[in-house]
Amino acid sequence: MIAKVLGRHPVGLILSAPYAVYLAVIFAYPLGFAVWMSFHDYFFAAPGAIVDHPFIGLDNYRAVLGDPGVHQAFRNIVVFLVINVPLTTGLALLLAVTLNRVVHARTFLRVAFYVPYVTASVAVVGVWMFLFNSGGLVNSALGPLAPDPSWLINEHLAMPVIAVFVTWKQLGFFILLYLAALQNVPTELYESASVDGANAWHRFWSVTVPAVRPATALVVILALITGANLFTEPYLLTGGGGPNGASASPVLVMYQRGIQQGEPDFAAALGVLLVLGVLIVAYLNRRLIERD
Amino acid sequence: MKRTLPAAFLTLTLLAAGCDGSGGGDATKANAAAGPITVWLSNNQEELAWGKAMVEAWNTAHADQKITAQEIPAGKSSEEVIGAAITAGNAPCLIFNTAPAAIPQFQKQGGLVALDSFDGATQYIADRTGGTAEQYKSPDGKFYQLPWKSNPVMIFYNKDIFAKAGANPAIKTYDDFLAAARAIKAKNAAPFAIYPSPAGEFFQSWFDFYPLFAAETDGKQLVQDGKAQFNSPEGQKVAAFWKTLYDEGLAAKEQYNGDSFADKKAAMAIVGPWAIAVYGDKVKWGAVPVPTSTGKPAEQIKTFSDAKNVAMYSACQNRATAWEVMKFATSKEQDGELLAKTGQMPLRTDLAAAYPDYFAKNPEYKQFADQAARTVEVPNVPNSVAIWQAFRDAYSASVIFGKKPVADSFDAAAQKVDQLASGS
Repeated sequence: MIAKVLGRHPVGLILSAPYAVYLAVIFAYPLGFAVWMSFHDYFFAAPGAIVDHPFIGLDNYRAVLGDPGVHQAFRNIVVFLVINVPLTTGLALLLAVTLNRVVHARTFLRVAFYVPYVTASVAVVGVWMFLFNSGGLVNSALGPLAPDPSWLINEHLAMPVIAVFVTWKQLGFFILLYLAALQNVPTELYESASVDGANAWHRFWSVTVPAVRPATALVVILALITGANLFTEPYLLTGGGGPNGASASPVLVMYQRGIQQGEPDFAAALGVLLVLGVLIVAYLNRRLIERD
Repeated sequence: MKRTLPAAFLTLTLLAAGCDGSGGGDATKANAAAGPITVWLSNNQEELAWGKAMVEAWNTAHADQKITAQEIPAGKSSEEVIGAAITAGNAPCLIFNTAPAAIPQFQKQGGLVALDSFDGATQYIADRTGGTAEQYKSPDGKFYQLPWKSNPVMIFYNKDIFAKAGANPAIKTYDDFLAAARAIKAKNAAPFAIYPSPAGEFFQSWFDFYPLFAAETDGKQLVQDGKAQFNSPEGQKVAAFWKTLYDEGLAAKEQYNGDSFADKKAAMAIVGPWAIAVYGDKVKWGAVPVPTSTGKPAEQIKTFSDAKNVAMYSACQNRATAWEVMKFATSKEQDGELLAKTGQMPLRTDLAAAYPDYFAKNPEYKQFADQAARTVEVPNVPNSVAIWQAFRDAYSASVIFGKKPVADSFDAAAQKVDQLASGS
C-alpha cells in the first residue's frame, strides 16, 4: 500500500520536496490566489480589518475587457513583441554563430554582450534617454533626419525604441543559449555539407538552423514571456507608458490599477488574461517551431 | 493520486485565500496603552535631522515609552511601501510623511486610526491648524491624519536667465507669464521657460495644472461635493494656458533626468520652499505666486499645499503613547525646529507671527509663510488616486500632447471622476 502511494522510489519524493515546496509557495499559491481574487471584489486590507470580499463572477473580467487603457496596452505589447521577438531570435543566432567561430578575444566579446543583461535597467535607461532624447546623440547624428516629435515622445516610435532597447539588453543571455546549442552540432554535418558543395550560407541555413531548432523554440518562448511581462522600461524610459499611453504595457496597467489605485481584483483579472494569452501564443509557437 | 494531490493543494490554497485573517484587535485597549512605539520618517536629509532630534528629545524624557525611528523603507513610492506594510500588519505606529492623497485608500484598507478617538484631538487639530484643517477630514467626518506641514508651491524664477532675456519677473497674469516665456525662448536664454514633468504619473498634475486651478478658482479642489470641477470655464482657462506653453515649445514634452531648474534647463519651476536648500548657491532665484488669468493680487492667490501629514496606523499597540508623540512632534517648539531645519511650513495658524525671529533671519521664507495660509489640498474622496490618474490621462492627451480637444477630454474625464468619487 505504501509503495503504491509513494511510488517505487520514495526517496525521490524527499529529494524533490524542497523544489516542490518552493514552486508551491512562490508560484502555485500566488497564481491560485490571483485567480481567486479575479472573481471577487477584493482589496488589500489590514490583518485586523473586517472586510467583505463577495464573489462577483466575471465583473472584473468585463471591466478589464471594456477598459480602453487595457486595449491600448495590449495593442502596444503586440507591437513590442512583433519587433522584439524576431529581432532577438535573429540577432542572437547570428551573433552566436559568429562568436562561435571567433578565435581571438572570444571571452571578452562574450562578456561584452552579456554585460547589458546583468546590468540593472535603472542604470542603463539613463544612457538610452541620453541617446534618444530630443537633443541626444542619435538626433545629433541624424541632424535634419531626426524624427519630430523625438523618439521617446513620438507615439509611433516610443514602443519600437523600447523593443530595440530590450533586445539589446537581453541579447547576451540568448546568445549564451545559442552558443550552448551550437556546441552540440556535429562538425561532421558541416564537413558533409561542404563535400556536397554547400557554401557558407547553405551550411548555415541547412545545418545550423535545423540543428538549433530546440534552442530557437526556447529563445522564442522566453523572449515572448519576458516581453509580455514588460514593465520597467515603459515605467522608466517613457515616464509611465507615455507619450499619452503609447508605450503602456499590460503589466504597467496592472501596477497602476492594482498597487497605485488599490484595485488588485482588476489587476488580477488582467493578469489571468495575460497568462492565458501568453500560454496560447506559446502553444502556437511550439506547434510552429518544434514541428518535424 | 497524482491528480488528487494538486487538487487538494489548490483547494487549500483557495481556502487560505478566502480567509482575510480578520482577527480584530481590541482598539479601545490599544488606544489606552502606553509603551514603546516605532515611527517612520521621510528620507529627506533635513527632515531626518529634525526627526532624529525630536526622537532624542522625547526619549530623554520618556524612558518607559521610547521611540524607535527609521526611514521609510525604500520602494517605488512611500505610499506603496506603506500600503504593503498595512496589508502585512507591520506598519509602524506613526509615519511622518503620509500623503493626503493616499489617506482614502489607507482608510479603506483599515490601516488607519481615527484620531477623534483620543480626548481633545479634534480641538487640538482645530487650535493648531485652524480652518485649513477641514480639508483633511475624511468623508465620515473624522480625522485619520494630523495636518503637519505644507510646501505651498510658487513660481521660482532664475534671475540671471530673466536678465539675459530682458524678461519681466513681475508675473501676475497668464499674458505676463507667456511674454516672459517667449522672451526667454527668443533670446535663447534657457532651453525652456518652464519644465514641469510631462510624465503620466497620477501626482504630476499637482505641479502644473492644480496650483493654477486653485488660484484661478479662489481655492476649489479638483472634486467638490462629489463632482469634478476641472471641466469648468476656469479649468479650461488654465488648460489653455498650459497648452499654449506646450504648443509653442516653451515647456518640454520630454522627461528630464534631474532638476531642470537647478541645472538651468528651465528659467522657471513650480515648487515649494523645501527646494530653497536644494538650490543653495547654484541658482540666483526669486519667487512669485502662481499667475491667474486676471492677475489677482498676491494676497488673494491660493495654491496647492504639497502637504505631508502624520497618521497613526492600526497595527500600533501603544496608541496612547503614539498620540502623545503626535502632539509633542507638532508642538510649537518642535514646529519651530522643523521650520528651522527644513524650511517647510508647519500647518499652524499665523505662522509668521508664531516664529518672528526665524522669518526676520530668513526673509526669503516669509512669502511662503504668507502663502501657507492660502493653500488647497487634494480632495479627500474615495478612489483619490484613480481620480488623479483619470485626470492626468485626460490632461496628457489634450494639453501636453494635443491628441484630443481639451473640452472633450476634460468632459469625458469628469464623467469618470464623478463615478469614481461616488465610490463605485
